[in-house]
Amino acid sequence: MAGVGEKPLTGRLKPGGEALDISEYEVYGGYKGLRKALRMDPSEIRKEVKEANLRGRGGAGFNTGLKWSFVPTGKDAPRPKYLIANADEMEPGTFKDRLLLERNPHLVIEGMIIASFAIEAETAFVFLRWEYTLAAKRMRKAIAEAYERGYLGRNILGSGLSIDIRVHVSAGRYICGEETALLNALEGRRAIPRSKPPFPQTSGLWGRPTVVNNVETLSNVPHIITGGAEWYRKLSRSGDGGTKLFGVSGRVKRPGLWELPMGTTAREILEEHAGGMADGFSFRCLMPGGASTEFICEDGLDVKMDFDSVQKAGSRLGTGTMIVLDHTVCPVAALHNLERFFAEESCGWCTPCREGLPWVARLLGAIEDGKGETEDIETLREHTGSLWMGKTYCALAPGAMEPLKSGLAVFREDFERHIREKGCPLKMERR
Amino acid sequence: MLSDEERREIEEETRHYGQKRGASVEALMCVQRRRGWVDDETLREVADMLGMSVDELDGVATFYNLIFRRPVGKNVILICNTISCMVMGYERILAHLEVRLGIRLGQTTADGLFTLLSVPCLGACDRSPVMMVGEKLYPGLTPELADEILREHGWRG
Repeated sequence: MAGVGEKPLTGRLKPGGEALDISEYEVYGGYKGLRKALRMDPSEIRKEVKEANLRGRGGAGFNTGLKWSFVPTGKDAPRPKYLIANADEMEPGTFKDRLLLERNPHLVIEGMIIASFAIEAETAFVFLRWEYTLAAKRMRKAIAEAYERGYLGRNILGSGLSIDIRVHVSAGRYICGEETALLNALEGRRAIPRSKPPFPQTSGLWGRPTVVNNVETLSNVPHIITGGAEWYRKLSRSGDGGTKLFGVSGRVKRPGLWELPMGTTAREILEEHAGGMADGFSFRCLMPGGASTEFICEDGLDVKMDFDSVQKAGSRLGTGTMIVLDHTVCPVAALHNLERFFAEESCGWCTPCREGLPWVARLLGAIEDGKGETEDIETLREHTGSLWMGKTYCALAPGAMEPLKSGLAVFREDFERHIREKGCPLKMERR
Repeated sequence: MLSDEERREIEEETRHYGQKRGASVEALMCVQRRRGWVDDETLREVADMLGMSVDELDGVATFYNLIFRRPVGKNVILICNTISCMVMGYERILAHLEVRLGIRLGQTTADGLFTLLSVPCLGACDRSPVMMVGEKLYPGLTPELADEILREHGWRG
């Protein structure tokens, strides 16, 4: 969009919180990216997005253009092909896609149309969680507007190209955000993950080539096409292209969400944008990108928030929405909360995850309640190995082990005190 | 028994998917919107319409947090119990709701007005603690605000 400068995703949002309608969106240059894309070859679009170094904003950080390039294209490719916008956003602590869906729905749609064109798909789905009722309403309205103006449907803008978008409202289950589980969900099956390979790009929905992209990822695409890969890369302060929606929740002065250059430091986000800790609360640590990321403490706050830098610092960028724990939050209780979530949301398909996560959650609950034994710490540590990558069917359990692994190291003393003093020191202090 | 209207709506949904079973969540939700929950007999009829076995469809229905296979109250309260809301004190709000309604998490009030359930992350973490009643989101909860919300939905305590 013209003039959106350094904030392509949010620079034109209405301050009142309403959605940009199609006319307003067009005034800001909306659907220009699509018009330009229709004059390009799909392979050129894939190349541009790849060179922009747009990395998947759902948390995995895979190069989007590269992901698209695995889809078979051309005359002999299997058809139909599918594009899916993953709007299931159920990672605790994550609230970024809601903003785009509710307030800039046409940007999501334009990104979906261009992405569909790039992989030569004719059908696209928005896979939306049930609880996002306002987002569902606004996305449906925006899709209807896009059909009316000829951006969707048969023969888009006279190009001969046809694309349909449909909203699928899910019914609440974290695992649906995992791309292969999402495919099973869309097929009307239990949403358990599928083994890879085959990857969805070659065998996805109904066995057809399918790309699943996060909402924020897709929202970057129109701008990459309009502004070019080089312009997009330069929005960033690091090697990963573009801007990122960063958020902060917890006891800070101004919890919220901001679009900032990729590579902005955690300290800058926490202190300048979120205004630092709320009065009376001191910083203990933060999780940089949702419930499945390792803790970062005071000495790690200068980490640049991009995929590679956060990984080098021993955590993951994840969704880029930080959860701040303050001095009043017991780390053992926080870990109990996190692991109970993962245990409840495990699909139960593979044994390590189904049996291991409830065990972990139970042990953490016992330690918090003062019923822990010294050997429990070792049992928890063993789980971080036996539920790690390669030992489970999908990444849910390894994701659950990330906070536990770092928590056992960073908060070792807290664990030992709970066991030694037969209870939570914070709770006892409050009594 | 499925009404004609329900049947028409479910048939319409099946047209949007490669196979009829793709509409299973929509079909179950279509029933739930009207009846509040999905009973065994209706589930059997829906399975028949979608060309699925009863067990297959029940497997889908019971997989999801928000498809109810038991009756629920007129208003379903979904309170977020995950990490950001924990940091901001959801436990206090939950305890307050339990006392006000005289039920525990997972239960329905005797008058059938409220069911209290937890939900993993409502995606409004910057406004936590949060809950939903019906389709409406209530951020920044305090015990006082919780009382107001209950009254808005017919609570007379």
